[in-house]
Amino acid sequence: MLRFIIRRLLITIPTIIVVISLTWTLIKLAPGNFYSGEKRLPPAIEKNIREKYGLDKPWYQQYGKTMGNILFHFDFGTSLRFEGQSVNTIIRRSLPVSAAVGILAYLLALLVGITVGSIAALKQNSRWDYASMALAMLGISVPNFVLGPILVLIFSLSLYWLPPSRWAGFPSRNLILPVLTLSAIYMAYIARLTRAGMLEVLRSDYIRTARAKGLSEKDVVIKHALRGGLMPVVSYTGPALAFLLTGTVVVERIFALPGLGNYFIQASLNRDEPLIIGIVAFISITLLLMNMLVDIAYAYLDPRVRYQ
Amino acid sequence: MVEPEIKIGSEEAVAEDVHADAGEFVHGTSLWRDAWRRLLKNKLAVFGLVVVVVITIASIIGPTLIKRIFGFTPDYIPTQNIQLVRSFPPFTGLDGKFSWLHPMGTDNAGRDQLARVLQGGQISLFVGIIATLVSLIIGVSYGAISGYVGGRIDNLMMRIVDVLYSLPYVIVVIVLLAMFRSQTPRGQLTLLFIALGSVSWLTMARIVRGQVLSLKNQEFVLAARATGVSAPRIIFRHLVPNTLGPVIVYTTLTIPQIMLSEAFLSFLGLGVQAPLASWGSLAADGAQNIAIFPWQLIFPGVTMALTLFSLNFLGDGLRDALDPQMRTT
Repeated sequence: MLRFIIRRLLITIPTIIVVISLTWTLIKLAPGNFYSGEKRLPPAIEKNIREKYGLDKPWYQQYGKTMGNILFHFDFGTSLRFEGQSVNTIIRRSLPVSAAVGILAYLLALLVGITVGSIAALKQNSRWDYASMALAMLGISVPNFVLGPILVLIFSLSLYWLPPSRWAGFPSRNLILPVLTLSAIYMAYIARLTRAGMLEVLRSDYIRTARAKGLSEKDVVIKHALRGGLMPVVSYTGPALAFLLTGTVVVERIFALPGLGNYFIQASLNRDEPLIIGIVAFISITLLLMNMLVDIAYAYLDPRVRYQ
Repeated sequence: MVEPEIKIGSEEAVAEDVHADAGEFVHGTSLWRDAWRRLLKNKLAVFGLVVVVVITIASIIGPTLIKRIFGFTPDYIPTQNIQLVRSFPPFTGLDGKFSWLHPMGTDNAGRDQLARVLQGGQISLFVGIIATLVSLIIGVSYGAISGYVGGRIDNLMMRIVDVLYSLPYVIVVIVLLAMFRSQTPRGQLTLLFIALGSVSWLTMARIVRGQVLSLKNQEFVLAARATGVSAPRIIFRHLVPNTLGPVIVYTTLTIPQIMLSEAFLSFLGLGVQAPLASWGSLAADGAQNIAIFPWQLIFPGVTMALTLFSLNFLGDGLRDALDPQMRTT
């Protein structure tokens, strides 16, 4: 087990360096820079600012400094656009917003997805099975930027039940629509994965044994089948986290939430280099560490993985 | 554990087909005919196929047809009877009265929405297909070479795929598109193909590698090697054609994914640029007016969802038809 964790760590760290380097290279290779916008600064002032942020140094020194600060001090530098604010401050302020929406959406998706998927598998080829799988396919096919405004139209602008946008702390009713919008597609994926996994497990020998020894159907399903049947859902956690992040970008945009995704898009459009690199680095590190945890959990849950 | 049941199932299916063909012994049932028959039995897949074909044809000939019949192009902005509000609901003319002219209503500038949606479909489908081709070429070559060469190189190539898998690639694509923003809509479209195609080949590479691994020790490959056929020729003439089934299935499932990514990027203002429009950019424009002119979002959004829905069903149906072992999922 320890060797497994060490090996995963050895892959994770170079991956983080690759992502940061890739983003850094893309930004530096692209034509223009933060100052080449519509408002031209006088050359003397631009020179001063460049010196202040260290942008006048040769590229390898800039690269070395950025990388060193991130890896050894967890310091992402200062934002160009939001003057005087460090990237760390911006991340600290916006992360709770994204995390609240993302985590709630994922929990909701797990709850609904696993329930619907298991019932569909237990009643395979029934009307319920077909209906829920068609609904799941619909969930996968409707883009969240279509679903979000439609939910707003129904629940905020027609029925006046829920607020249409804005962040109002946690918990609040403002979170309901963003969470629903974000979780729809994961509910659908998880329901499909659960159904597939359960169908396979329900046919296996150990379930037949459990039934043969006279366990109640409830015990068979909850104690035996779910544990094996949910393995695909566990391994989907990694990709789901990545997709949740991109989903929050759109959802934060629709519902005007001051989260990480919103800042990231703004930073990309403004060419706020430290902020882009900071958010990309932060997201990659979080994502890769989460993936590592998922893999370890997977190895722990499924004895077959451990011995490989 | 599971395999015996599946085998019985497919043998039965074969037996059934043989029985059905008993009258005409000369025609053997080829893999493709067998798969086609199985596909036709799947109602949802047939529904998907029909919808995809109809929407594709409508997108290709629709704008021209509307020009011929009603006399306006998707970009036509009315200049007579100009009013403050030009966006009207479905089946309403620009005078606010019932009219057959605009079955999907009009947008902010008074342009016909049906024509806009059909034209947007051209771009969305085009991006979906071209970017999928890019990913297909990279993925198939990468996977086939990795699988055929084997050994250390295979190991290294697959580790690279593993590392790329764990990257938050959409984030990198956003940075790429924002940084290299092209001044011309065409330039941006090309950038979009490259960006989307170059991040979505990973699964394809894995699938093809797996297939090649199981094929490369079969007799026909040994025979080819024994007669002195070069390695690239073995890979692309002998091995790749035999992986066609899974490749087709996965390609069908990649198109909706890429179309969704394109729409997502266009929604953020990083994808297709005006004057070109895709379903994503139309929906983005519509989302801003959702409170007053909901039809501006609903029509492009629903058309897109319907297309993706159908493509997904078609893909699932093809998988069941071409790859009976995967049937359970």
